[in-house]
Amino acid sequence: MDSSRHIAKHVVNLPKSGIRDFFEIVSKMKDVISLGIGEPDFDTPWHIREAGIYALEKGKTHYTSNLGLIELRRAIHRYVEKNYSVSYRPEDEIIITVGVSEALDLACRALINPGDKVMYHQPCYVSYSPSITLAHGLAVPVPTFAKDHFALTVEALRAAWEPGCKLLMLNLPCNPTGGTCDRTQIEAIAKFAIEKDLVVLSDEIYSELTFEGVHTSIASLPGMKERTIFLHGFSKAFAMTGWRIGYACGPAALIEAMMKVHQYSMLCASIISQEAALEALVRGEDAMKLMRDQYHRRRDFIVRRFNEIGLKCHLPRGSFYAFPDISPTGLSEKDFAVGLLQAEKVAMVPGTAFGQNGKGFCRACFATSYEQLIEAGIRIDRYVQSLAKAK
Amino acid sequence: MKPIIKLLLEGGSLNTAQMAQVLNLSETEVNRQLDELKQQRVLLGFRPVLNLAQEDSGVVRAVIEVRITPERGGGFNRLAERISRFDEVESCFLMSGGYDLLVFVNGSSLQKVAAFVSEKLASIEGVLSTATHFMLRSYKEQGFLMDVKPEEAERLKVAP
Repeated sequence: MDSSRHIAKHVVNLPKSGIRDFFEIVSKMKDVISLGIGEPDFDTPWHIREAGIYALEKGKTHYTSNLGLIELRRAIHRYVEKNYSVSYRPEDEIIITVGVSEALDLACRALINPGDKVMYHQPCYVSYSPSITLAHGLAVPVPTFAKDHFALTVEALRAAWEPGCKLLMLNLPCNPTGGTCDRTQIEAIAKFAIEKDLVVLSDEIYSELTFEGVHTSIASLPGMKERTIFLHGFSKAFAMTGWRIGYACGPAALIEAMMKVHQYSMLCASIISQEAALEALVRGEDAMKLMRDQYHRRRDFIVRRFNEIGLKCHLPRGSFYAFPDISPTGLSEKDFAVGLLQAEKVAMVPGTAFGQNGKGFCRACFATSYEQLIEAGIRIDRYVQSLAKAK
Repeated sequence: MKPIIKLLLEGGSLNTAQMAQVLNLSETEVNRQLDELKQQRVLLGFRPVLNLAQEDSGVVRAVIEVRITPERGGGFNRLAERISRFDEVESCFLMSGGYDLLVFVNGSSLQKVAAFVSEKLASIEGVLSTATHFMLRSYKEQGFLMDVKPEEAERLKVAP
């Protein structure tokens, strides 16, 4: 009997993640230099891990409030106010989630009516479009371009807008491009959101890893707090991907709606992760800055290398991803990535894994050691030269 | 902090050619900067961090709390420098609190370290007292855990 006939249509129609295919190929190979990861190479700083151990020792093995530990929400209130210039009440404007991914899913499920349209910039994180689809919304991609350093422009937003758009998803700095918007650009996007009455879901998971200029949260702009859900987490800045811990801040009514979905699905985030996250916020800033400085220097190195090799690469202002243009090689991004892997055992992710607008690009994560980055540079150079000779 | 010093601190075992790549300098320039740091006595040298217990090398280490008399003009410096010059002395620090100098000493046997303390160190004029603590086991040195292998957490090779 064909059991797949039982699967819901909207899940059947959901495309498999492009990263998944690539993962299958890479995982079968040995001694690969991987620039294909989407997480810090650092382990979680010890004092944070220790807080997790201590929580277990103290018998913190129970449910927490659906919204999450109040101490953690208070710490988030202080952290967000200090670093993003927007203030949320710990009691009813903050919810702790299982990573930003859950927060994003909650926001989609709480806000999208079937058929509502959701704008998001692309290339983007792999789960954006599927999250919209799973909430029965219609995804409206807005392209970002290398010529703009992959910043989202209001012109592109305007061109993509269509009647029925209700939400706008932002991810600045962006995975996979490292692109972000300066204050003027964010102000223009905010004005557009107000004009079109859009609710903004702003995923600022890479904001601490902004290397140049100051990160501006759209939620902090006049008139935006009431129409923005600020999404953030601990995975990237505090190297806590495996803890699965994030949060959402927003108007009480929207957080309450998200809480309903959360309460009936996840109930609460792991208490151990919540305790560790509290430690990260209270005492983790120094370690975080140390990691950021290291990413910064590695970024400068790898971006320069790509440009020397002849793969034009814009300088990503944030995140730990470089997004070089591989089109000069004459190969598609997928053929390039597979070819590079087979010839030189270096893994980079084809840009189209992050949407069609990633065509002609590959994502290279530079959250790895200098030795690996130097060696990857040598190997990529050799591969690109061999392609040029073969032409 | 100069970029080259930051790289020395975080780059681990990069050679000068690799450092040149990362810093976007020629190898000659990297060598010049390293020489300059040496001349300025900012960079004093490189030493390996070894787990000698594994080697069965029989090194005995001790930490000695030393009380000394400060001198007019020079304070603790002259005596501290004099003590530091002994080959047996690995490190020497001026401390606040109940004693003045904390001296890290090593030798090939317990007797040799004991002899150093009683014959060389304690007999220096101006040394008021010594309290010697022998080290039993080392857990972490210079940022390296001694007997814990680097954690090789299973990481995905490709992740979103």
